[in-house]
Parts: sequence; structure tokens; C-alpha cells
Amino acid sequence: MSRQDAISLAYLAAIVSFVLALRFLSSPTTARLGNWLGAGGMAVAIAATLAQRGLDHHVSILVVMLVSAPVGAFAARSVKMTAMPQMVALFNGVGGGAAALIGLAEFHDQAPEPGRIAFNVGLSTVLSALIGSISFAGSLVAFAKLQELVSGRPITYPGQKLGNGLLIAAAAGVGIAILAGPQEDGLLIGVIAGATLFGVLFVLPIGGADMPVVISLLNALTGLAAAATGFVLHNNVLIVSGALVGASGTLLTLLMGRAMNRSIGNVLFGAFGQVAAGPAAAAAAGTDGQAVRSAGPEDVAIMLAYAKRVVIVPGYGMAVAQAQHAVRELADQLEHGGVDVRYAIHPVAGRMPGHMNVLLAEANVPYPQLHELEEINPEFPRTDVALVIGANDVTNPAARTSPASPIYGMPILDVDRAATIVVLKRGMSPGFAGIDNELYLDPKTVMLFGDAKDSVTRLVAAVKAL
Amino acid sequence: MTSGRLIVELTVLVLAIFVGFEVISKVPTLLHTPLMSGTNAIHGIVLVGAIVVAGLPDQATWIRIVALAAVALGTMNVVGGFVVTDRMLEMFKKRAAAPPAREAPSSSRQER
Repeated sequence: MSRQDAISLAYLAAIVSFVLALRFLSSPTTARLGNWLGAGGMAVAIAATLAQRGLDHHVSILVVMLVSAPVGAFAARSVKMTAMPQMVALFNGVGGGAAALIGLAEFHDQAPEPGRIAFNVGLSTVLSALIGSISFAGSLVAFAKLQELVSGRPITYPGQKLGNGLLIAAAAGVGIAILAGPQEDGLLIGVIAGATLFGVLFVLPIGGADMPVVISLLNALTGLAAAATGFVLHNNVLIVSGALVGASGTLLTLLMGRAMNRSIGNVLFGAFGQVAAGPAAAAAAGTDGQAVRSAGPEDVAIMLAYAKRVVIVPGYGMAVAQAQHAVRELADQLEHGGVDVRYAIHPVAGRMPGHMNVLLAEANVPYPQLHELEEINPEFPRTDVALVIGANDVTNPAARTSPASPIYGMPILDVDRAATIVVLKRGMSPGFAGIDNELYLDPKTVMLFGDAKDSVTRLVAAVKAL
Repeated sequence: MTSGRLIVELTVLVLAIFVGFEVISKVPTLLHTPLMSGTNAIHGIVLVGAIVVAGLPDQATWIRIVALAAVALGTMNVVGGFVVTDRMLEMFKKRAAAPPAREAPSSSRQER
């Protein structure tokens, strides 16, 4: 067996470990083992690559790796669970950026004379540079939005769609020119620059609540960029891993779109919040006169403590206030008193797929208590108190009842079917979609205003005092 | 550079996409965030490509710098991706365990 065969077998082992890692993610009990398996496969693939014949500059490569590994580990260790969407966006961008740089470097290496690159390799090179750059820039903008370095609101300007369309067409056009004629570094750098600018402009107009879709999509793009570099370097492990990631990102993108009852195109090009702002603002003014029932923590504590069944509905507000630990403490108190407590998780609650699950897991909530939308909705009519913590649009009955509403048709958590609804909210401002929530005017609803963490902490104290 | 190689590679790509859809459709929504960060770690495989390119002999200095930058990004991606996924998966528990020891000196809050 030649050394090259051994390396190929090592790559095959890595591929198997990645597939198994994803397979083991089908259950929380095996998932952690799967992750270790994937990491092991990755180590094997890297070691095999370093052992490749003809590889030069080992020292500088190893030094760079040894310096950057602790940076990645430190970032991963220190990041807060509430900041996970940013972290995922950042890693997406890093992977996409690496793919684009590989495309550029390999292009330079292969194309000193015009016409030397085979069409398929040229195409994959252009694709890895193009997709990688979009993913890089788009992810960094998503990161900046989630980190609130730039406004999470949609940022729009006139002619945006046309401008973006022209920009990406121009970048692709230069890519085609590379395939057809002069294979110069400058042209590929032009593609990278155009695609980078496109990535920025394409994510800027997308609002915060649509982030679950955007992050999933960028994940898919990074996977495809990695697969493209596999075609450039004729490397199966890159092709397979890229395809796996691409499939995962695509699947999640579709799931998120379905959970919002919106097409992916609408999410990406709709600038949702902006569109809905006009009529919603007018509607908001109209509801000011209507009575909203608000209560103090003591009253709410009594409702909760004497309930048989409580369903907690967390949303992005809980994440922002970092209230997950306080929420779990409240649930503990109630359970001590014999209350049945469950959590209802909407698929797009938060800023990324599964965001609420991770936060509650961090707060040590056992996962059998976390229920998906289809599971929990039939339970609401039998629920005494639905406790909505920092969630808004995903509980808005207008999605079921009012065809005129921009969110009409979106699957929601039917909290309005519970006997009593308690809503923890900072103020009466409408949710991300800019739509009023008629739930707050329901006679069964009680509002508890204030920061989510504050309110929950006061509830814990009030329940304890009973 | 035969077209046979391209066909083989395309076959691998298409089959891998099918495997990906098949495997990932079984991941529960509970684990969608670890799925994202786990696939994040897996696309860190670009590090392999980065090493290959950075290890090419006789290349311009600026290209070497570009390739080494890709190695740095890829390494951070791989290490960070797996570590953060592990951190997350560690938290998913079936039964409530004793609260994990925090860095903050909160030991005064013992069992009540």
C-alpha cells in the first residue's frame, strides 16, 4: 500500500466519523460521543494531510496551527450560551473565508499561463472564491447584527434589490470571464471583492427575527464552498464534508422558513419588519385606549402557585435578559409545590434554530420538559397558566385568525387557549414584525411589565413568600 | 485531468448530499443548535485544503501568506467548533442534576 493509499484510507475514516457524528446527534444521549468521534476523525484527516508526500513548509504550517488553535478553544470556552448565534455566525464566516483564500492561492499556483486550468477546476475555483466570500462577509454582518454592533433592524436603501442583483451578476460575470479567457489573479480578486460586498449588502437588510433562516443559509453556503474546494484539490473528504454541511444547512433553512410560513425568498429579500412598520404603527396608536390588565409579581405568584399545570413559553426576550437561570429557579419552586411545569419551544424562538433549548439546557432544565409546538399545542386548553417570557410574535393569535396580518398562517403556540395567560414584557412595544399582539388585550391575559430577569426573580421571591 | 475524475467526484458529491439529508432529518429540533455548531466544526475540514495549499513548494510570498491565513482560520474553525459543541451537548440532561458549580462564589445557596 502506497503512502497515498494510506492517506486516502485515513480520509475515508474521517468521512465515516463525520457521518456517524451526525447520526449520533439523533439523540441527546449519544450526541456528545458523536461529537468526539467527529473530532477524532478530523484529527486523523489533518494528520494524514500533514504526512502527504511533497508537502513543504511544515514548520510554518504547524506554528500557525499551534498559535490559532488556542484562540479557537478560548473563544469556544468563554462564549456565553446566550451569544451562541453570534459564535455560530462567526465560525461560518471563518470557514467561508478559508475556502475563498484556498481558491485564490490554488488559482495562482495553477494558472501562471493562460488556458492551463481545466474547465472543471477553474469552475470549482471560481465557485469556492465566490461562495466562500459571500458566506464570509454575510456571516460577519450577521455576527455584527447579533452582537448589536450594528442595528438588528432591517437596513434598506432605494434600489437595493437591483443593486445587489447587478453586483452579484458582475461578480459572476468576471468569474465566467476567468473561465473563458485570461486567468489572472487580479480577476479572481475582483470576484472575491464583488462577492464580499454582495455578502454585506445581502445580509444588512435582513432583520433580527429572520436570523434563524439567515444563519442556516450561511451554514449551507459555507458547506458548499468547502465542497467546491474539494473539487479544486481533488479531495474526497472535502467534497463529502462540504456536502454534509450543505445538506444540513439547507434542511434547517427550509425548516425555519416553514416554521414562519414564509418562503425563503420572502425572508431574504422581503425586509420584513420594514414593510410591516407602516400599518402596524397606526394600529398601535388605536390600541392605546384599550385596557391592558397589568399585575404585580405577588398576584402572578398566587396564580402560578395555585395552578395545576403551567406552561412556560420562552422567547428572545429571555435570552436578552439572560433570565434562563431565574426561570428554572421559578419552575423548581413551582414543582416543589406540586405544579406540573413544562416548556413550549417554538421553532423560530430566538435567533437560531434550537436557541431556546440550549439556553434552558444551560440552566439545567431536563430536556424531557421541553416540548415542541405540535406536542404542546393540544395541551394548552388543559393548562391553567401560560407564562410567556419575552416571546411575542410566536404567540400572536392573529396568525390564526386574521388573514390581513403579515404573519397570517405562521404556526403559533396557542397560549390564548390556556385558562390564564401571563405575559412578561418590557413594555407595550410591538414585536419584531411590528405587529400588535391582540393577545395582550385578551381579558384572560395579565401583563407583568419589566425586564424578564427582574420580573422572574421577583416572582421567585413572591412564590417563596407564599 | 480526465473527465472521468470529475464524474467520480460528482457522484461522491451527490451521494453525500443524500446521506446528509437522510442523517440530518433524524436530528430532533431539541438539538438543532448543536447540529449547527457541529456542522460548523465539520466544515472546518477546509483546514485540510489550506494545509495542502500552504505546503506547496516554490510559491510567491503573498500566496504563502494567504494560504497560511487560511490555515489559521481553518484551525480556529475546527478547534472552536468541536469545543463549543461539546460544551453545549454536555448540558443536555434527562434528569435535573445538582446545579453545576459556578465560578462565582454562590455556595451559600445550598439545598433548601
